[in-house]
Amino acid sequence: MLAFVLRRIALTVPTLFALSFLTFVAIRLVPGDPIEVRRGERGISPERLEFFRHELGLDQPVWKQFLDYIWGLMHGDFGVSIISQDSVLREFLTLFPATLELSLFAMLFAVVFGVPFGVLAAVKRGSVFDHGLMGVALFGYSMPVFWWGLLLVLFFSVTLDLTPVSGRIDLLYYFEPVTGFMTVDSLLSGQEGAFSSALSHLVLPAIVLGTIPLAAIARMTRSSMLEVLEEDYVRTARAKGLSPFRVIGLHALRNALIPVVTTIGLQGGTMLAGAVLTETIFAWPGVGKWLIESIFRRDYPALQGGVLLISTLLVLVNMTVDILNAVINPRIRHGR
Amino acid sequence: MADDVALAPPSPARALWADFAVNRGAVLGLAVLCTILIIAAFADVIALHDPMIQFREHVLQPPVWAAGGSWEFPLGTDDVGRDLMARIVHGARFSLFIGFSVVVVSLAVGVCLGLASAFMGGLVDTLISRVMDLIMSVPSLVLAIVVIAIIGPSLANTIVAVTVVYMPRYVRIVRATAQAELAKDYVTASRACGVGPFRLAFVTVLPNCLAPLIVQAALGISDAILEAAALGFLGLGAQPPTPEWGAMLSSAREFIQRAPHVVTLPGLAILITVVSINLMGDGLRDALDPKLKRS
Repeated sequence: MLAFVLRRIALTVPTLFALSFLTFVAIRLVPGDPIEVRRGERGISPERLEFFRHELGLDQPVWKQFLDYIWGLMHGDFGVSIISQDSVLREFLTLFPATLELSLFAMLFAVVFGVPFGVLAAVKRGSVFDHGLMGVALFGYSMPVFWWGLLLVLFFSVTLDLTPVSGRIDLLYYFEPVTGFMTVDSLLSGQEGAFSSALSHLVLPAIVLGTIPLAAIARMTRSSMLEVLEEDYVRTARAKGLSPFRVIGLHALRNALIPVVTTIGLQGGTMLAGAVLTETIFAWPGVGKWLIESIFRRDYPALQGGVLLISTLLVLVNMTVDILNAVINPRIRHGR
Repeated sequence: MADDVALAPPSPARALWADFAVNRGAVLGLAVLCTILIIAAFADVIALHDPMIQFREHVLQPPVWAAGGSWEFPLGTDDVGRDLMARIVHGARFSLFIGFSVVVVSLAVGVCLGLASAFMGGLVDTLISRVMDLIMSVPSLVLAIVVIAIIGPSLANTIVAVTVVYMPRYVRIVRATAQAELAKDYVTASRACGVGPFRLAFVTVLPNCLAPLIVQAALGISDAILEAAALGFLGLGAQPPTPEWGAMLSSAREFIQRAPHVVTLPGLAILITVVSINLMGDGLRDALDPKLKRS
């Protein structure tokens, strides 16, 4: 087991190295002179140009610049944002809890509805319920996330006036962030109504972000459950006279969940991509919206650092999923 | 033997259609997709107006079934008075064009790289596989955004960006299936007969790798359309006034309260197109790849 974990962790090192190389190259391919973009000056004197070139390390050979970049990354230096002049890592870490909170609630929504729906569809295979559910899942799977968000806003916020349209909490409330999770911080602040305000801001974005994972999880649970229900041990459990509830809920579901866990993990990447769109629609102050804004502000160091940080996260999530899979399923551990 | 028609096996195309037609949803998807293709082809005939002309006295007019609508603009008009139906009908051209060109380009590149990877092995294989792993380790939309940041937002560049994002899938499929085929006897036999490497790769092995590739290509069209629309929505894809569905949604957003139809209708067009392609793709997968069949 330990050998597997170590091997899997070792595998991520070259990927992370290549990712930093990719971002290093990408930022150099972006059109526009870095000094002009950074300083906003045109026609500056040769001395000042030399000064800035030296300050940014651009007078060094490229391989030296790359080594310096890697050295900086290893010391947590992901560059400095042109706009805020703040460390990219610090900006990212300030905004990341918002994205994480949104993603966790979205995943919660997807799992809480996706798994039972998938199980029910498998058990009632071929029924109207099964067909209806898989039809809905197909639509969920094909949904343009940004349009779905606008539709929900139109229905729940504009027509019914039930939920707010943007942000994380009403401006009435203010408290220092402790965990960065608005739902937790609002409870900790003890202000009346703060928690329900935070929650009502969270509902729509979480549903929007969770819709595609919900459809994927429901489909995967159904097909995995159908496979497991054919197995001998399920027949044995039935023959023993166990209640259908026990057979399905305990014997079948536990084994059917293995591929579902993988799907949940893989949806992590979809989530991060979806977060860019969801956060843009709901003006949710997370890393996705920040990434898009940094493009429009031509804040390339922020874009570079942000892409690297998000991709690193995804690599680590995938690694964790693989390791978790090996923990649940010994066949993976000993295979290969 | 051969003249006994009843005993002859059906042609591959006929067998495929028989397997495909069992799935009613898939046939429906195909029918809808064909309709959309026809609409896109005859957009100039179907549209009542030019998609670019602004009718300033008809700004944000609701569709014909709502109060204040008229048959002059069946689906209403947008914020500068352009006929929404004309724009949606012309938008089908852009979306389908993007979807198909992304798939064609990534198929072509994917087949070449995948075959090279499987046949040459060694350093080439390692290099290609690592690069593909790397591309797949960045979330799709984020990678597309980075590519757009480098080459600039436009319709053509959308195709480039989305192709870069989705190409690794094809490379992986071709590489995996070609590797499995290479171990089979018919390949050894062809080699022994002196078949050259190119002929071996493209004529002998490739046709046997097609089934999973076709399925992935069909489903890839819908992914490409969604991704391109998302870029358009973020302002990083096709630029206004191009009647691309994502870009239309982006500029219609602020009128969601006054005229919901400018938001609902273009999105509905995206959804219908993507659902029909996915339905067809699922049916193709069940027909071509019985192993993958979702019971």
